[in-house]
Amino acid sequence: MIAVENVSKRFGDFAALDDVSIEAPDGKLTALLGPSGSGKSTLLRVIAGLEVPDSGTIVVSGTDATRLPPQKRGIGFVFQHYAAFKHMTLRDNVAFGLKIRKKPKAEVTAKVDELLHLVGLDGFADRYPSQLSGGQRQRMALARALAVEPSVLLLDEPFGALDANVRGDLRAWLRRLHEEVQVTTVLVTHDQEEAMELADRIVLLRDGKVVQVGAPRDLYDQPADEFVMGFLGPVSKVRGELVRPHDVALSHRPEEGWEEVMVQRVVHLGFEVRVEVVRSDGEEVSVQLTRAEADALEPEAGSIVWLNAAPTPQGRPQAA
Amino acid sequence: MSADRPTRVGLRVVALGYLALLLLIPVGVVFYRTFEHGIGAFWASITTPAAIHALFLTLEVALIAVPLNAVFGVVAALALVRGRAPGKRLLDTLIDLPFAISPVVIGLSLLLVYGRTGWFGPWLTEHGIQIIFSLPGIVLATIFVSLPFVAREVAPVLQEVGDEQEQAAATLGASGWQTFWRVTLPSIRWGLMYGIVLSTARAIGEFGAVSVVSGRISGETDTLTLLVEKRFGNFDVAGAYAASALLAAIALSTLLLMSLTGARRSDS
Repeated sequence: MIAVENVSKRFGDFAALDDVSIEAPDGKLTALLGPSGSGKSTLLRVIAGLEVPDSGTIVVSGTDATRLPPQKRGIGFVFQHYAAFKHMTLRDNVAFGLKIRKKPKAEVTAKVDELLHLVGLDGFADRYPSQLSGGQRQRMALARALAVEPSVLLLDEPFGALDANVRGDLRAWLRRLHEEVQVTTVLVTHDQEEAMELADRIVLLRDGKVVQVGAPRDLYDQPADEFVMGFLGPVSKVRGELVRPHDVALSHRPEEGWEEVMVQRVVHLGFEVRVEVVRSDGEEVSVQLTRAEADALEPEAGSIVWLNAAPTPQGRPQAA
Repeated sequence: MSADRPTRVGLRVVALGYLALLLLIPVGVVFYRTFEHGIGAFWASITTPAAIHALFLTLEVALIAVPLNAVFGVVAALALVRGRAPGKRLLDTLIDLPFAISPVVIGLSLLLVYGRTGWFGPWLTEHGIQIIFSLPGIVLATIFVSLPFVAREVAPVLQEVGDEQEQAAATLGASGWQTFWRVTLPSIRWGLMYGIVLSTARAIGEFGAVSVVSGRISGETDTLTLLVEKRFGNFDVAGAYAASALLAAIALSTLLLMSLTGARRSDS
């Protein structure tokens, strides 16, 4: 387990981390989620020992690691831009940590083969990083980090530099890998979808502070404030209240308590249909319908429909 | 390229003509004059005891100065690019000093510090150490004038490579020393090679600073460049050409090495 206690870190006048305390439980995947400048990468680098905190402590697997150099923390780190050793073949890249530990040659070869198989790069052992695609390089970087059997795996926006579809594939692949390897993992991302899909726990950061911690679903359904709600998914504002666009219902008949609105625009996005309506006071509301709902309603620009923003059982935060 | 054909041809003619006038013709004439009286005369001229001594002295000086400059250059480049200590600006400026100061001035300043009447002169004489008019002085002058090349070639490469690979090595357990040998050095190797070749060419060709501190004792402190000038001054024009041709041959082989490393560099 990793425990970060009351860690602060400043870069000049900028407070990158302000009294942050988090825990990353054993065998689980914890996501540090937040917009850029929220301190999530700094927090990961502090855990790795690549940055020294101004105050606070880092405990990795029960030992105080605050003053330990990165070499002694038993971590594996994966960088956004792969940090592949360009002058080495894939095999030598993956073997790097093992050679540093002076493992016997046969053991190194066997371990590297096993890892290349695990990340689906068998047959690429003698290639150089420049001969690989971005996704392949990142899988190599993961194999390299896993080779030293770290007690903690730290991933700094690992898919941030990849194309959208490669990112999706690798995300699914990483989830399977994590189920297989079960190593305590901390993932930094600014992509809420990535965090929701991969993480057991999400730590949401903003301006160097922890805003909310919880399971992805808890954060989505019971956001602590407007910021969390907005960060975890799209929001619409109805009469000053924030709702998820899919929690807004439309009907072509007036019903008790429903409100008359005019359809402005209809956007078909495959399964989802986005309907933008305008209320009598001029406020615009974005509504998300399924295709079946939209087919039943047949909304058209300029037509009049009735809107109801159903309150979620947990209640929702008030807009400021 | 959007220039039309006549313009392109014209530009090429101008560029080649300029090079020919300034470089190819003079160097060609040196080689022509050298072998004008046959290879035998040339051979005799470069195998006199003074010439052989000058050749070996030149190589000896380069062999001492260049490795020292290579080590200093890499350390300085690391300090400039990776270092966090204050004083980086000062170091950055100081490294270029040998480019800015005339070699003759460098030679004179060495004389003022290490010469018989210089700052350290009395102490050195007392302990029987001779720097000026001897090998150490020539080496010092050569180091000084060829100091910036390695640092100036390596620093931009370090900058471009970035420090992520080094950080990755650290998280994989490598010590600072292991990271340097296994990650940093291999990634700057072409820049380093290029710097070493330039530094070598400069070390072999240096005249001004060395001429001040060497004392120009024939068969003792004459380097090849000094020998050329001395023979020329003594109206031994053929001998001067022969020694020049030898120098040019060494310079050309370093250049050849440089273009080979340049070719390798653009691969990676």
